[in-house]
Parts: sequence; structure tokens; C-alpha cells
Amino acid sequence: MQYYLLIPLMPLGAFFFNLILGKKIVRRQAHWPSTLAVAGSLVVSVMVLLDVLSGKTLNEDLYVWIVSGNFKVSIGFLIDQLTVVMLIVVTSVSFLVHVYSIGYMQEDPGYYRFYAYLSLFTFSMLMLVTANNFLQLYFGWEAVGLCSYLLIGFWYEKKSASNAGKKAFIVNRFGDFGFGLGVIMVFLTFGTLAYIPVFEGAGSMAAQSINILGMQVDLITLIALLLFCGAVGKSAQVPLHVWLPDAMEGPTPVSALIHAATMVTAGVFMVARLNPIFSLSPVAMDVVAVVGAVTALFAATIALVQNDIKRVIAYSTISQLGYMFIACGVGAYGAGVFHLYTHAFFKALLFLCAGSVMHAMGGEVNMQKMGGLRKYMPVTYATMLLASLSISGIPPFAGFFSKDEILWMAYNGGSVGRIVWALGGTLAALLTAFYSFRLIYLTFHGEFRGTEEQKHHLHESPGTMTIPLIILGIGAVAAGWIGIPPIISSITGVEHANWFAEFMKPVLGHPEIEAPHSTEAMVMTFSVAIAVVGIAVAWLFYIKRREMPVSLARRYGLIYKLLYNKYYVDEIYNLIVVRPTMLFSRYVLVGLTDGVIIEGIVNGVPALINWFGAKVRRLQTGLLQSYGTMMALGLFLILAIAFIVVSK
Amino acid sequence: MEIGYPVLSTVIFLPVFGGLLMLLIGRNQESVVKWTALFFSTLTLVLSLPLFTEFDKTTYLMQFVERKSWIPDWGVEYYVGVDGISVLFVLLSALITILCVLISWNSIKIKVKEFYVSLLLIEGAMIGVFCSLDFFLFYIFWEAMLIPMYLIIGVWGGPRRVYAAIKFFLFTLVGSIFMLIGIIVLYLKGGTFNILELSQMALPFNLQMWLFWAFFAAFAVKVPMFPLHTWLPDAHTEAPTAGSVILAAILIKMGAYGFLRFSLPLFPDASTAMTPVMLGLSVVAIIYGGLVCFAQTDLKRLIAYSSVSHMGFVTLGIFTLNSQGMEGGILYMINHGIITGALFLCVGIVYDRTHSREIVDYGGLASVMPVYAGFFMLFTLASIGLPGLNGFISEFLVILGGFKAKKLVGVLAATGIIIGAGYMLWLYQRVFFNEVNENIARIEPMGLREALPLLSLSVFVFWIGIYPDTFLSFMHVSVNHLLERVNYGVSDTMMAIKGLTGGY
Repeated sequence: MQYYLLIPLMPLGAFFFNLILGKKIVRRQAHWPSTLAVAGSLVVSVMVLLDVLSGKTLNEDLYVWIVSGNFKVSIGFLIDQLTVVMLIVVTSVSFLVHVYSIGYMQEDPGYYRFYAYLSLFTFSMLMLVTANNFLQLYFGWEAVGLCSYLLIGFWYEKKSASNAGKKAFIVNRFGDFGFGLGVIMVFLTFGTLAYIPVFEGAGSMAAQSINILGMQVDLITLIALLLFCGAVGKSAQVPLHVWLPDAMEGPTPVSALIHAATMVTAGVFMVARLNPIFSLSPVAMDVVAVVGAVTALFAATIALVQNDIKRVIAYSTISQLGYMFIACGVGAYGAGVFHLYTHAFFKALLFLCAGSVMHAMGGEVNMQKMGGLRKYMPVTYATMLLASLSISGIPPFAGFFSKDEILWMAYNGGSVGRIVWALGGTLAALLTAFYSFRLIYLTFHGEFRGTEEQKHHLHESPGTMTIPLIILGIGAVAAGWIGIPPIISSITGVEHANWFAEFMKPVLGHPEIEAPHSTEAMVMTFSVAIAVVGIAVAWLFYIKRREMPVSLARRYGLIYKLLYNKYYVDEIYNLIVVRPTMLFSRYVLVGLTDGVIIEGIVNGVPALINWFGAKVRRLQTGLLQSYGTMMALGLFLILAIAFIVVSK
Repeated sequence: MEIGYPVLSTVIFLPVFGGLLMLLIGRNQESVVKWTALFFSTLTLVLSLPLFTEFDKTTYLMQFVERKSWIPDWGVEYYVGVDGISVLFVLLSALITILCVLISWNSIKIKVKEFYVSLLLIEGAMIGVFCSLDFFLFYIFWEAMLIPMYLIIGVWGGPRRVYAAIKFFLFTLVGSIFMLIGIIVLYLKGGTFNILELSQMALPFNLQMWLFWAFFAAFAVKVPMFPLHTWLPDAHTEAPTAGSVILAAILIKMGAYGFLRFSLPLFPDASTAMTPVMLGLSVVAIIYGGLVCFAQTDLKRLIAYSSVSHMGFVTLGIFTLNSQGMEGGILYMINHGIITGALFLCVGIVYDRTHSREIVDYGGLASVMPVYAGFFMLFTLASIGLPGLNGFISEFLVILGGFKAKKLVGVLAATGIIIGAGYMLWLYQRVFFNEVNENIARIEPMGLREALPLLSLSVFVFWIGIYPDTFLSFMHVSVNHLLERVNYGVSDTMMAIKGLTGGY
């Protein structure tokens, strides 16, 4: 299986190739090296998948990265069921986005730069998912963050874009602060950072506690929560979600690949990968589930009223990531990863469709200025409809299977699970269906509401763009069929009930559920029914009686404003974090401490220097001479004393 | 080791010889001066390479030792040698000097000859400081290095150069006087200037404390540690590019090196007792230096304050008194030399074109100088500790060591990674992103002579980031030996257990 190394190395090669030769030589052909590299990675990933399917796994160190004292960490790779699913998701979506971008980014002067970054991202993400130790995970983690920063700020001459990139990086650093400390705690606890020995040793550390500020804290809980901080940042969970909506400043293919399908799911991947640690701490698990549920609901409510097509999808991403954490929090890691996998297809599709719409609309993102587009862009419409049905959880589309499994697991996940099910399961699912179809109706149905000029230019996108849409569309429909719940397979007679969960079981485990089929059927029917209600309400509001949303917004003006302004979280952070830091450093540190206290009182330097300066102003070299004299005097002093001592 | 020439004496005195030789060159032959300087600095680096290739990493003993009686009546010797702690700094000094010659090529316009003479003299003195094993010799090099540095700031600096130079001079002088007293006391106690012999002495605790603080005065000013840092922003800001680079890359490392070479082995008990204070001051420097960067409007001043923050990591690492912290601290010094040196080189490149250090005079530079922007991005990322680049390795080891020594210290130091990302990315945004500023819309792109130094430093950024073992392996044995001296054989695992169970 040595060829697995090619998977990350090919995109890395393409990155350097485009970075060095892109501007002068490759130029408009920059998509070739990058796309070929990721296609190669995809092929090798499939080969690795076949190996894993035949029962082979691999865990090996390539070389020792850092050694210091008893600290030692390697660059190494772990290939197992979880890795291989991530490999397939990352390389396939990445490949389609590479192809799509050939059309989408065609006119951009930074074409080569764009492909270089995409390659760097693919490399980093692949390093992240194949790592066999915490520090390499951290490497991939930060490296994808860098690519995110570079690609969000791709059009860096726009202030909003460069702001958004910077914000993404810094907000993530808050999460990484905890993550980094978590990694250090893991090392100090287990004496190693390699996954396998840590997982094996985790059980024996279960009851240990540690003294923090006089309180006894459970060691594993502390480690798990610190690590989870990183996941909260990367996967844009409340309260560190603020960077993801702004990330939409980047080119749309980037939103599809990085800020929907792959990078933002790294947090979920991390929790799933580290499940032997998380599972030992009920407290940490509850925190994960609750953060997931709160985020799922919180983001869904914001998505209800946004008019920017990409922001709606961005909030839906945040919300869906919340679902994945719900699954992890109730111990159904397999269900979380399953949703990660189906979500990658339908969410990438949603974004790429949005990109296709924006392409036709000349960059317009406001859905209120669209409408009736289905006549002009049938492929985009059809595929986006599939994606919306999938995300709403309508059977037999992919999203239905993964979401249903999460809800069923949450329903059986104890008292916390039940609350989470009510919030994430019922309420957020209702809202998801609503805002997804609000988007469809506003964009594709009704009359066109844009300018005449825009109308004149409306067109379906070129083949390089629509073909990826169609392929992803197939995924959005069929991807879920590898995880058919037992209840359905028993009716329809399909073999391999929930094959995906079985496949993942060696790595992620699978909670045994004793509840009867009738309850499962009830829960399933309920969530499907609620999705249908959501779609129906959207139809009522945006097709049947278009005046209703307006009058509702007017009647509940305060709530509408709160949602429209995203609960003012950005403003609050600005008020309590950003501005105080700036003012503190400007007035207290620089003005007072450095300027007055240290300079003035402690050192008394400025006055002294002025005095000194005045003395030597006329003969500058005088200072040097006196300095020389001082030095000579010093040496003389040493020698004199040495002489006295020696002569004694 | 059969090298055929005395390596250390060669790399110390070849630049000095070159500098003196250049005095003979006529005043108008500027290009001869430049090429001579380049020749001697390059030759020095080439001749220093055996230190890298022939170094024995399995012993803590001094290597490449040269020992000659000098003033026998007083026991003064010419005694030089390097171990795993100092050897990398010799190499770094040799490399950085070449880059300084290249970067000053067109930006130094007056008294060209004197400038390059000063530069080469500094190189010799700096390397001498790192190699000296005799206090008398050490003191000569330590002080000798300051004269040319003073001149470089005071003669070729910016508008407030006289103020900055005098401030630099006064701070350092006061610190040195305390150290001088310390050296004299040590001589009176030990009867020798031999640093290695003195390092074996067991001094009474009280005396250790007094001496610790006497040496502290000299070293803390050099580092500089909070609250003795205020000379640094002025010196950096006013110095010409080469001066800033030398200051950042080598000169301020002397303080931290002094702690390692002198304070710890000479006064182990006092050092151990004073770790809470030293760790505290380091953490304050990390956070304070970082936050202050948010208020800076001057490019060089911002990077200077970031150095205060980074040097906080260095002293933190040293005083964790465990191997991760200490090796991390030493590597941090090397990395900071590379990264901050490179950042000052970068600032120099645009300063030569615009003659402005004000951040507001820039903006959109990425569109005008894309290759330059790429390099600056690389060094920015290295500075904020992106894994895969050199800064991460040392930062991680220092935080790990800090956490091991005292959990709160590790946690507070780790806030530096948020603050660092904040000010560096904000700086990068204001200079390189957004709309192109009118002032810089038509400046010329970077030339090969300017790109070469950046390219050579970026090799190390990747090398140390991907395969740090090349450099860390130099240190292991020497650091272990030093730790044994300080901790009296408390083993590393014992320390780890103490750290983990010791609570907060």
C-alpha cells in the first residue's frame, strides 16, 4: 500500500509547479497540473479503498519529525475505514470543483494562483485525514486554515474579502488555542502523540483527575473539551461560527469545496477520529451534543431571513455541521461521518449551483433580485432541486438516510439526546426544509426581478460547470443508499442493512439500540412529515401568497431584525473583544505603560538622553571616545584586580 | 577532526582582517569596497562550514577548541570553543552578515567604506562572543561589538538616529557595568577567567543571587526583557536595514545566550529559585509585546515590538529548565533570527523605494510586487507559527516546556499564538491587500540581489519546519548536560511527573 503516499504528494507537486511556473509559463493552462494531480489522488484513493475493503489497514511512520528530550513525534500515516471515506470525499469533491472552476474562474487574472491554492488545500486536507498522530493532525488543521485564509481573501483588493480572510484565521486561532493545549495535555498524560497508543492507554486514564484552580477536574474530560475547542472553531459551531458566513467573500467554488464539503467538516472528523477519548467522558459528549443542537437551531433561524443566496447556504452548512456533532455527542460517530459524507455531495452541489446562478446573473447574490431562472438554466435548477430535497431529508435522497440515522440515534441517546432530538430533530429540520425551498422558490420560480440587462444575459453555464453539477446531483440522490436503515431494508428486502455503519464499526463503533421497529417508523415518519410541512410553508409564502412574509416581517419586526442581523453576534464581539483590545494597547500599554511609566519613571531615559545628547551634540565622536575610555577602564579594572589577586 | 586550519580563530578574525584591509581602499572606489566586503563575508561562511559538517553531536564537551596563554601573569587565556548551544549561532552570524552586505548594496549612500568596515568588525566580535570561553576575552568581544553597532545606528540611521543610538548605548552600557562587576567578583572568588572552570564552582546561595542579578542586568537589557525593552523599538526603527537585521538576528540573542552560557551553569541555585520571576517576566513580554503591536503605525516599530514578544518565548523556554523548553528556546532564537531578520530585510526593500515606514503609506502591494508579497507572506506565516514552517517547531516546544514547568505559564504563553496571528495578519492586510495605494502604484519590482537573501532564508524556514532534526540534534547532548548541572540530575521524566501531578 506504499502508493498511498502519492495521494497527498501529487497535489503538493502541483502546488509548487503552479506557484513557481504559473505566472509566467503555465498561465491559462494552470488547471491542468492541479486537476490532473487531484484526479490522480482520486484514483489512488479508490485503490486504497479497495485495499481497505479487502481488510487491509495501515499505520506507519515515515520519519521522525521532532525530537526533544522525551518528546518525540513522527510524520506518519494511518489508513483505515474512516481515513478512506474521508479520502474519497475529499478527492472526489475536490476533483469536481477543480473541473467546475475551469469555467467559473476563466476570466480571472489570478487563475494560476487560484489553482495553486486549490492544490495546496487538497494536499493539506489529505494530510489532515491521513495523519496518525495529533501533531500532524494539527499541521493539516492549520494548513487548511491557511488555504482557507488565502482563498477567502483571493480577491484581496476588496476590503471585505481581505477582512473576511483575516477574520477566519483569527477566529480559528481562538479554537486552536484550546486545541493546541489539548494536544500538549495528551502528550503529558500519555507520553506520546501517536493515535494508537493514546487510544489504547485512554481507558486507564479514565478516572484520573487534575487540580485546576483548586478544583478537581476529570482529566479526560478536560482533554476532550480542549480538543473540542478546535472543532468548534474549524467547524464553525456557536460561539465561533462568525467566520463562516463572511467566508463567502471567496470565489464560489471555494465555498463549495472548503467551506461546505471538506475543511469545515474537519472538526467532525476530529471528534470521530478521537472517539476513544471522547467516549470516556460523558460530560464532554453532552457538551458536543448540546453545542451541535444549539448551533443547528441557531444557524437555521438565521438562514430563514437572509437574502444573500450564498449566506443562506453558509448558515445551512453551520446548521448541518451541528447535526453531525449531535450524532457524535450521542455516540453515533458513524452516523455523524455518514452525514458528513452525504452532506459533502449535496452541499457542494448547492454551492456550485449558486455559483452557476451568480455566473448567469453577473455576480448578483441577492435572491430578491432573481426569480424565474428555471426557464433559463434548467440543469442548474434540476440539480439544485435535488440538492434541496436531499438536505430537507426527503426520501429516497441521500440526506434523508443520514439525517434519519442521526435523529434516531439522538432519540435513543438518553435525556440529553432526547432534548437534542427535539431541538435539532424537529425544529431545525422544519426550518431547514423551509429555508431550502425558500431559496428554490425565490431564485427559480415566479417572475424575474432583476434588471433588463441582467435578463438579457441569462444563460445556462458551460459544460465544465454543468457536468460536475450533474455528477454531484447523482451523489445527492444516491450517496445515501449505502446506509439504508434496517427498518427499510427489512421491508424492501435489500441486503446489507446499513452497510456504511457496519463498515465503520471497527473504528467508530456503533451504539446498540433495543427500541422496537414501530418506534423507529414513528420517528422516521415524523421527521419526513415535518420536512414536508417546511416545504409546504415555503411554497405558501413564496409562491402562493407572496405578501405573507412581508407582513409577517412587519408584524414581528423585532424578531425579524434580530435574525436578519444574525443576533448581532459580530457587533457584540466587536464591542467586547476587538475594540477593548485596540484601545487597551493604544492607550494603556503604549500611551501609559511604555510612554509614561517605563520611559519616564523606571528609566528616566528621555531626559537623560536629551541631557546627554546636548552635551555631545557638537562633537559626536566624543561619545565614542568616552565609550572607548569606559571600555578600556573596565578592562583595566579587571586586569588590575586580577593582578592584585595573582600577586598576593 | 582534521580541518587544516583553526576554524574558530579564522571565522572570528577573517572579517576583522577584511575590515582592516578595506581601510586601505580609496574613498571613491565604492564598488571595490562592496565586493571586498562580500568576498570576506562569503569566505567566512564557507570557512565556518566545518562547524556544521564536522561537529560531533555525541558530546557536550567544547569542540574546535583553541587555547593559548595570553596574559599568563593574570591567568588570561585566548580560549575559544563551541558546543551544541553556541555552534549554530556562529553559523547564523556568518550567514546573516552576507545578507546584510547584499541588502545594503544600494541603500547605503554615504561613507560606504566605513559602513562595510563596521559591518565586518561586528561580525568578528559577534562570533567572538559566541566562542569565548574566557571571561576576559568574552568581555572584550561583548563590548567591542557595540562600537560599530552604535556607529551603524548613529551614522547611517533614520531621522532620530542620534536619540536611538544614545539610548541603545546607555542601556547597554549600564547593563554591562553590572556584568563587569559580576565578572570581577567571580574572578576574586574563583581565581580564574576560565568560564568552564567557573561553571563547576559551587557558590553560596546568597552570592549566587547577587551575581545572578548583576548578570541579569546585562542580559535582560540585551534580550530585551520587559520592562527593559524600550531601547529596542527606537534602535530598530532608526537603524538602517542591515543594522536592524543584525540587531534582530544576532545581537539580541546575546542576552538569551548569556543566560544559557553563564547564568544557568554559574548560578544554578539562584536560577532555579528565580524561575518564577523569569517565567513571569517572559509571559508579560509575550503578551505585552504582542498587544503593543496593535497600536503601531510604523512597520519597523511593529516588527521590533513583535521581537519583544518573541524573545519572551525564548526566555520562557530557557527558564522552564526542561529539555523541550530549552531546546525550543534555542531553536526559537535561530528561527527568530531567520524570520525577523527576513522581515526586516523585506521592510528594507520597500523602504529603499518609498522612504516611508508608515503603514498607511502602503496598501495593495501584493498587486504591485507579487513575488515580494509571496516572500513576506511566507515569513509572516513562519512568524505566527504555521506548522510545517520553522516558527512552529520552536513555539510548540516552548509552550510544551512551559506547560510542563507550570501549567498557567503554558496557557498564558499560548495566548501569544492568537495575538501574534492578530497583529501580523492585520499588518499584512494593511500593507499588501486592499486597493493599491497611489504612493506605491509605480514602484519597481524586486531585483535578484534583493530576492537572493530572502530566498536563502526561506530555505531554512522550510528546512527547519519540515526536518528540524538537523538542528535540534546539535543541541540534545549539550542541553542535557546543562540541565543536569541546573537540576542536579533530576531526570526529565521525573520533571514530567512532577508537572502533571503537581496541579496548577
